[in-house]
Amino acid sequence: MGRLKTFTRRAFLIGSVAVAGGVAFGAYMVNKPHANPLLDNLGDGEAALTPYVRIDADGVTLITPRADKGQGAYSVQAALIAEELDVELDQVKIDPGPPSPAYWNTALADEAATFMAPGGGVGESIAYGALSAVMKTIGMQITGGSTTVPDGFVKLRQAGAVARETLKLAAAQKTGAAASELRTEAGRVLLPDGSSLAYAELAPIAATIDPPQDIQLRAPSEWRLIGKPMQRVDIVAKSTGTQSYGIDHKVDGMVHAAIKLNPAQIGPLIGFDAGEALKMRGVSKVVAVTGGVAAIADNTWRAFQAAEAVEAEWGPAPFPATMDEHWQALADSFTEDALDSRKRDDGDVEISIAETGEIISAEYRAPYLAHAPLEPISAIVRVDDDRAEVWTGTQIPRFIQNNVGKIAGIDPEKVTVHALYMGGSFGHRLEDEVVKQAAEIAVQMKGTPVKLTYSREQDMSHDFTRQIAMAQLRGVVRDGKVETYDLGIAMPSVVVSQMSRQGLSVPGPDSQIVAGAWDQPFTIPNQRVTGYRAPELAPISSWRSVGASSNGFFYNAGLDELIHAAGADPMEERLRLCSNPEARKVLEAVAEMSGWDGVLGDGRGRGVALTQSFGVHCAEVIEVSNTEYGIRIDKVWVAAEVGTVVDPVNFDNLVKGGVVFALGHAMNCEITYTDGIADQSNFDSFQGMRMYQCPTIEVRGLENGDRVLGIGEPPVPPAAAALAGAIFAATGTRLREMPFSKFVDFA
Amino acid sequence: MKLTVDGKIHEVDVEPDMPLLWVLRDELGITGVKYGCGIAQCGACTVHVDGYAIRSCQQPVGDLEGEVTTINGLGTPDALHAVQAAWIEHQVAQCGYCQSGQIMSAAALLAENPNPSDEDIDDAMSGNLCRCGTYPRIREAVKTAARTVRSA
Ligand code: FES
Ligand code: FES
Repeated sequence: MGRLKTFTRRAFLIGSVAVAGGVAFGAYMVNKPHANPLLDNLGDGEAALTPYVRIDADGVTLITPRADKGQGAYSVQAALIAEELDVELDQVKIDPGPPSPAYWNTALADEAATFMAPGGGVGESIAYGALSAVMKTIGMQITGGSTTVPDGFVKLRQAGAVARETLKLAAAQKTGAAASELRTEAGRVLLPDGSSLAYAELAPIAATIDPPQDIQLRAPSEWRLIGKPMQRVDIVAKSTGTQSYGIDHKVDGMVHAAIKLNPAQIGPLIGFDAGEALKMRGVSKVVAVTGGVAAIADNTWRAFQAAEAVEAEWGPAPFPATMDEHWQALADSFTEDALDSRKRDDGDVEISIAETGEIISAEYRAPYLAHAPLEPISAIVRVDDDRAEVWTGTQIPRFIQNNVGKIAGIDPEKVTVHALYMGGSFGHRLEDEVVKQAAEIAVQMKGTPVKLTYSREQDMSHDFTRQIAMAQLRGVVRDGKVETYDLGIAMPSVVVSQMSRQGLSVPGPDSQIVAGAWDQPFTIPNQRVTGYRAPELAPISSWRSVGASSNGFFYNAGLDELIHAAGADPMEERLRLCSNPEARKVLEAVAEMSGWDGVLGDGRGRGVALTQSFGVHCAEVIEVSNTEYGIRIDKVWVAAEVGTVVDPVNFDNLVKGGVVFALGHAMNCEITYTDGIADQSNFDSFQGMRMYQCPTIEVRGLENGDRVLGIGEPPVPPAAAALAGAIFAATGTRLREMPFSKFVDFA
Repeated sequence: MKLTVDGKIHEVDVEPDMPLLWVLRDELGITGVKYGCGIAQCGACTVHVDGYAIRSCQQPVGDLEGEVTTINGLGTPDALHAVQAAWIEHQVAQCGYCQSGQIMSAAALLAENPNPSDEDIDDAMSGNLCRCGTYPRIREAVKTAARTVRSA
């Protein structure tokens, strides 16, 4: 490995390093709050960086560090690099996996993984909360707040630009031409005499040159790729059954394992009898793991059957036995003692309410929800005496290193994690139970790779679900206007629950409890948003848009109640209250797209909602009909302000997908527990939206400013409220609890 | 027992009640066929048997009669089926995990009815779940593929 040559820009460096037959360019982070363990492991003259561009005899490879859960992150990242590097996407290889271990390090992978979020991602959202401090101390360095994404938008283009200019210098050195007279195009440096040199030819020389300092990035008007429709790099594979996912992965000599966990979520295993299971064909072993038993067989189905056949004795779940008790725990949390944050307190809510005879009040509920990406979770783990290897679809490779290291009794650095393609996540793969369990099995059969595949039933009923949440609102209207809005939200802390499984405690308030509610662009004379911390109940985790997934519904639906009491129009009153010019444009856009003008009649109705989450203002108008078969969702209009739309096709797909995801869950999904056991374990009882229910969806991306914000999550929070508003307009029924199918039928 | 998959004859030694899905994936290594639910609710495992779309997770291999076509046999990256070509044109996939099944359902629909109405499309495709919510693009892609099939 060569020496690291760097230049400084903001808080990161773009450096280069020699690799076999060529050169790699990438980012190296500075400003670390602690010593870099990676550098400690390197000998003199060695360096490490997170590579984005590798050029060698094989040509140009773009390395896209951020995991792709299905949101098209690989393509978008590749386009950002290619924009400045002057290569065409069909000329280059894209390497989403870990590159040569010689210069790869998962700590840096995590770092890289967190800043780039073209499709949004639940990972970023935890950075908004108290978590970032914890992350820093364990070396994950999540960049805080909304700087996360814009930073990546710059960084990848910068890597492309530095690589391009270094290649020009290499060409100048080789030919004697002045670097200023050189141009680049389609993976070649063009010389003044009309001849050209391929980047690959120049790579060995480029490896010896210090990357030039401070290159100006191209202006948006010069962009060739950004903002134009792109073909996703994986689209052919994903349309021909040739894309390999985690669950498809094979390792030589591996055995198949299936798990039977205590049906009572996270309850203990007391004992088991594997007699019947061991008699089954192909079954070699049944072993205990934390909270369950695993059967080892020679294929997946035999392992499933065997795990089912194990008789086990289980202990109880460590949380209340009935849903009534869960809801009661939330209802009991609206107290001064449980107050977690009051980040918004405009005017004086208490005086306004005390002075008014008539107040409006209501209670809202959002249930536990499974993530249920269509690919059930799986992991392959092999443990040897002094090392371990993991193959899995994950968003948290660094945690996995630590956890597998602990289970195997080896150094985390001796654990190699191969991150595989994921068939969806929605936050599911921010947990690593499946990997820990596979490792627990693998330590009991050292040297043999163990592939643990969850059945759908195990996956859904043992998911760490979306938080359960409750809101209580009070309000006052006067002279046809909303005058006072007091919203209290109670939920257990997602961040605390999630991090406790990584052995971490998170002090301080959890901003996710009020995310999507306290920071909305509406100015009301008296407005207060209070977060209350409910006790830990069932284990919960980040679910697409996290706190805002419940709070976008609460805030907007509550606002609708007040607007209705005031006798105002939901769109007009929102526009009147909207104090943020960016948000106003988004509202105006959906009003114009939907041709919003008052009441529709004929059993039809419209609703509108706007939520700012992850820095993105996203507004939705939904139109429904009340038919003889129930409510039919006819049409959805969405507008979102994201600064720059990198790929319009992917943007459109992600927004529509986010709307379908949110509406499907609002319509008919919940996870409930009876004696700790999930009452839903497959798609028969957790349906989501199906094709025949899918409305037409019209999408507009607004672009004000040179930045890029993720769009994977922001379409989720407003959807349920816009649907509830539309159903109210069509039927007069006010829906205050999800799923709505408990109260109305859907066609 | 013998079975014909994607034009090739295979000999497998498995229990007759093993679902075709797992014979394809684990015994024959045809992983384009996906496991999503195992109870005929998601459609990820859809294959054709003599041209009809079936859920392979519900088909005991011992009762199988007919030739199986999987997504890997329907077309290949170099020789795309009309439905696959339309899926690429419309950039349907997000995570892509459901798309093998979606494509097999759409191909079976068009083989039987090359001019489906919106309702026909909804009927044929509603057994295929897409957790990423790509339904709007699937609709468009089915219509494009239908045009290709009709003009062929
Ligand atoms: S796996 Fe067969 S329908 Fe879901
Ligand atoms: S594309 Fe992800 S499930 Fe359909």
